Amino acid sequence: MTQPAAAPVRDHSPEDAHDAHHGPEGWLKYVWSTDHKVIAMQYMFTGMFMALVGGFMAYVFRMQLAFPGFEVPGFGLVSPGEYNALVTNHGTIMIFWVAMPVLLAAFGNYLIPLMVGADDMVFPKINRLSFQVFFVSTIVILASLVVEGGGFAGAWTAYPPLSADGTYNLTPLGSTLWLVGVGLEFVAFLLGGINFITTLMNSRAPGMRAFDVPVVVWMIVIASILFMLSVGPLLAGAIMLLFDQTLGTGFFNPGMGGDPVLWQHLFWFFGHPEVYVVLLPAMGVVAEIMTTFARKKLFAYRTVIFTVVATGVLSFFVWAHHQFIAGIDPRMANLFTITTLLISVPIAELCFIYIATLWRGSITLTTPMLWALAFVAEFLIGGVTGIFLGAAGADIYFHDTYFVLAHFHYTFFPIAIIGTFAAFTYWFPKMFGKMMNETLGKVHFWGTVIPFNFIFIPLFVLGMGGQHRRIYNYEHFNELAGPGFQNMRVIATVSLLVMLAFQFVFFYNCWKSWRSGKKASRNPWKANSLEWTTESPPPHGNWRPDEMPVVYRGPYEYSVPDRDDDYWPQNVPN
Amino acid sequence: MRPIATTRAATGIATGKLAVWWVLASEVVIFGGLLASYVMHRLGHPEWADAAVHTNPTIGAFNTFVLLSSSLTAVLAHQAAERGDGRTAAKFLYFTIAGAAIFIGVKSYEWWYEISHGYTITSNTFWAFYYSAAGLHAFHVIAGAVIMAFVARDAKRNVELHRVELIGIYWHFVDIVWIFLFPLLYIAK
Repeated sequence: MTQPAAAPVRDHSPEDAHDAHHGPEGWLKYVWSTDHKVIAMQYMFTGMFMALVGGFMAYVFRMQLAFPGFEVPGFGLVSPGEYNALVTNHGTIMIFWVAMPVLLAAFGNYLIPLMVGADDMVFPKINRLSFQVFFVSTIVILASLVVEGGGFAGAWTAYPPLSADGTYNLTPLGSTLWLVGVGLEFVAFLLGGINFITTLMNSRAPGMRAFDVPVVVWMIVIASILFMLSVGPLLAGAIMLLFDQTLGTGFFNPGMGGDPVLWQHLFWFFGHPEVYVVLLPAMGVVAEIMTTFARKKLFAYRTVIFTVVATGVLSFFVWAHHQFIAGIDPRMANLFTITTLLISVPIAELCFIYIATLWRGSITLTTPMLWALAFVAEFLIGGVTGIFLGAAGADIYFHDTYFVLAHFHYTFFPIAIIGTFAAFTYWFPKMFGKMMNETLGKVHFWGTVIPFNFIFIPLFVLGMGGQHRRIYNYEHFNELAGPGFQNMRVIATVSLLVMLAFQFVFFYNCWKSWRSGKKASRNPWKANSLEWTTESPPPHGNWRPDEMPVVYRGPYEYSVPDRDDDYWPQNVPN
Repeated sequence: MRPIATTRAATGIATGKLAVWWVLASEVVIFGGLLASYVMHRLGHPEWADAAVHTNPTIGAFNTFVLLSSSLTAVLAHQAAERGDGRTAAKFLYFTIAGAAIFIGVKSYEWWYEISHGYTITSNTFWAFYYSAAGLHAFHVIAGAVIMAFVARDAKRNVELHRVELIGIYWHFVDIVWIFLFPLLYIAK
């Protein structure tokens, strides 16, 4: 009687499963639904709203840096404390409330059941609970910005002693709410991650073997495992920091027998795998798009999976490269330099695999394909500059300069923005049943990618010139206040304004395509994976009861010789 | 009605069981991070032995015995559930919950005694780790006992008997965490 569901059950009685779980009626069904597609949309729209919040923060502090002392339209004068709160929460929100909910949670929720041929997640109620916890965490982090004393201003890494003591950071309420918000967000993603992993393991369509699963699903699930295995120590650290803040313990206070560097270890033991947690889903999205629009089989499918697993394992051994100047043993710094240089090998390998996939393909430059190509090009710059920072010798100079800042924006922007737009434009026909306007899509693409480079290339130069991060007004530093440097700050800020303005094209395109776009067929891109075999948008239960897919092959059989069509969907017997 | 996805088992292992093991994997790293932090600090602070002297190994040993016994009854509950005997399974689960209650009761007395003698969470970082680690563990004991009460209620009516095993797996984990905490916090002087 241990496991009633353990017998190798295939689908039984699909009919009753479908007339089945009727939830609440009316608009409430979008709030209380356990349908994975609705939960995906909840994550997506919450994440996009938070992207606007984080983007507004970037606008305010970039304006302050370019035009110090002037009132920022829509915000007013920026005080030093407000500036610090803005940069802190910009980082926190963009990573934990934009990159993770959109790339991991929204696309994970939307794609995993559809791509493995299931009608929902294996734990639909836990899935709903995951979003509810996430929603509460969103309210907590937003509330932390407006409580007395203002939002937490001790940088997104929250190093003690600044973060631990209200008399240092002057935001006793804001910093505690910040910590609670981040902790709740982690709990939400643990709940979601368990669902993702078990859904892939157990609810694949009949006939689908492990190596028939699309790469993006593999990557989201491996990212969930990385998150699960790395976040624990930071959760323990968050409890310790919370006690330091509220009860007056001294876990991170050397005067009481604690150690502030301990927090750095706990934070970065999570923080570095976290980079791969958000990178891998974006890498997977790009793989799907490239193979579809190059009409070619993905190069070295199995190698991709093994490479990603190797990257995941290696990512647990690189964290101390964030701490080269924190007083760690130089011998340890050598070890972490080596592991950090090593981890660039599998990532470079993935880039070569993508180029090999494109090689001699019949490439169509649709909007999603442009985003996918831009991802590889821009991420490469982020990856290569990472080598400088991973080497302890160079990092001692570059540490905490704008070089670091430009480097990780060249990784996170391709991941969280370019990767998201790639995924969004590629799956928009499936999600909303309409084709997006290609012209507007391309205008938005170029209007985003070009200004992006004009924001961050000047910041590389400023960083190499010695411009330190987290400084409110560079006029106070003679060697950084000259017109050469200031002009570059202005270029970056103006480019940001241009980029933000072009986002209205995106929102207009979404609205217009949704209202009056061409109706999307089931498979507008002529792709192979299972989500394209159902209606656009998919009905409740994803497939009609008599259409539940059975899988015969892997997802990348494009341009197979001796076939009439240049694609071969996974569910077609022959 | 349940979605088809919830009825599939492509790996041949029940989905609930898979999920419990993944929950435990995430729990292992939470406690692992906390205990690794403690051990690293302890190695760097031999003087914490002076604080550790004031813990009470006798009470700790008694609680270890209680928790191990409650794991035994959890196993007996699982055996009964395997036979399809929900009533006996529920009875053994109630014994396990009673074990959890004794554990928490004894721990409350122990903490009350220590706090009233001036050893509080802010006394020094040894005591901060002592209360945080044991407190996080006690939280898991309470949470496990509450979930177990629901499982037992269903088991009594012979419903969802497979959950008896799942909560048992979780209970063994709670037990094993304590097996690590007891020597690290009480015995190491």
